[in-house]
Amino acid sequence: MDIKELYQEIILDHGKNPRNKSICKDFNKDAKGHNPLCGDKVHIFLKLNNEKKLEDISFEGEGCAISMASASIMTEIIKGKQFNIAKKIQEDFLNMIKEGSKLNMNSLTDTENMTMMSLSGVKRFPMRVKCATLAWHTFVEAVEGNKKIVNTEN
Amino acid sequence: MDTKEIKSKFPIFKNKVNGKQLVYLDSANSSQKPKTVIDRISKFYSKEFSNIGRSVHSLAVTATNRFEETRDLVQKYINAKYREEIIFTKNATEAINLVASTYGEKFIEMGDEILITDLEHHANYVPWHFIREKKGAIIKFAKCNDKGEVDIDEIKKLITNKTKIIAITHISNVTGAIMPIKKIVDLASQKKIPVLVDGCQGAPHVKVDMQELGCDFYAISCHKMYGPTGVGILYAKKKWADVLPPYQGGGGMIEEVKKDNITFPGSPTKFESGTLQTAEVVGFSESIKFIEDVGIKNIMKHEKEILEYGLEKIKKNNSVKIIGEPKNRGSIISFTIKGIHPHDIATILDEDGVAIRAGHHCCQILHDKMGLAASARASLGIYNSKEDIDILSNAIKKCNKIFNN
Repeated sequence: MDIKELYQEIILDHGKNPRNKSICKDFNKDAKGHNPLCGDKVHIFLKLNNEKKLEDISFEGEGCAISMASASIMTEIIKGKQFNIAKKIQEDFLNMIKEGSKLNMNSLTDTENMTMMSLSGVKRFPMRVKCATLAWHTFVEAVEGNKKIVNTEN
Repeated sequence: MDTKEIKSKFPIFKNKVNGKQLVYLDSANSSQKPKTVIDRISKFYSKEFSNIGRSVHSLAVTATNRFEETRDLVQKYINAKYREEIIFTKNATEAINLVASTYGEKFIEMGDEILITDLEHHANYVPWHFIREKKGAIIKFAKCNDKGEVDIDEIKKLITNKTKIIAITHISNVTGAIMPIKKIVDLASQKKIPVLVDGCQGAPHVKVDMQELGCDFYAISCHKMYGPTGVGILYAKKKWADVLPPYQGGGGMIEEVKKDNITFPGSPTKFESGTLQTAEVVGFSESIKFIEDVGIKNIMKHEKEILEYGLEKIKKNNSVKIIGEPKNRGSIISFTIKGIHPHDIATILDEDGVAIRAGHHCCQILHDKMGLAASARASLGIYNSKEDIDILSNAIKKCNKIFNN
């Protein structure tokens, strides 16, 4: 595989022009993620309504193109979805990155599928898997967790 | 210097990385090992191994002799006055912890000051932090300037009557700044303040002479000196080695053990508890022989040539910013590329067989000061050639191309 399959246009685009990179208004949940080995940091903010729908989601942080693109892509895809659906998407994503499995969510559009798939090349770079998964772990922690800080090394 | 011949002594260079020839530019992190070192460890285990310093059988005698001969070699190599000044540890980190812990326990009290610099590796900060916490001591940081070096005046300014130790790096593992150790030792000795030198980036690259430098402690990382992992050396001037208490308790470091009292032998025994990394220490004897065969002066000359070639070549790329501009620079080039995170740089370079380090290089204080979360670092060893630099330079251009900047 060529290095360009890791750094696909779509990833470079999200890395350079991240979507939803701000602190969203009226957020009621948040969590921080940190990878002490490489210094990637992400802070996820979200607005979860009473019906557990993700009305809004955003992030702040700094890190490599993979970590920033992954956070950006995640917010774009799960924004407006029910938390239980978003969590399934997260599980699907983690399986793709770690196990190389295919995405099997039916509810995603072709574009969403393709966008998520753009990160599948990370699997071949074990040292970079944590860069890609940090935001996704942090998002679930923001809703379900009590630590509020995700550390890739603990 | 015939780097082809040098490379041929290191088996690792026979391997391909991602189908490419290996361009190893991560020697500040850890160096590669010559075949003689690898073979020595194998020979020791095959023919001479036994635990040392305990049994009386022939193998134990041979193994002990080989181990102690390495101590003699080290003493001679760094020109220490006494062999008791050479203490084997598991790494340079442990060497510094040994001093922080024993010297700190005995001589540092509440309100006393430990003077370090902005350049320190975490290994020369965190151990002192433990003492700060334990004793209520204060750590002062001598400021690093825009060039990535610490001016001796900055150190002078911070010395007070409360200063109990100065702990400084010999060569910065980020900016490459070579510190004026001898001048700092002269300054400190006027006030009778001991100086500990973190020599991790010093000992493999420049001549180190303990009697000339005059420092009180010098920590060495053997795996950065073409030696095995698991071995560090603490040079501790005899006056300290004699008075500092033992470090870790256990077998091999005692004189007599009774239910109501335990006595300890002198240095280095009192600091070397338990079964040591015997084969690795013996293997390290071949690292010193390797360095002596090539000659430290030749190493310095060669690395300087490659460094200057590298700096010039990389500077030509406008998107690259080299970190620091010290007057005297060791074999280190840390850099950033506009718009590309160092981890992405390292991944792209790796695809071309170029091994560099990306991150904060265990120097978060310095990176915070420079306003960087991370940097990329190419560091040299004796095996690096101008061709390696050319490959690095082309791989950096590839980063620009992929990221379109």
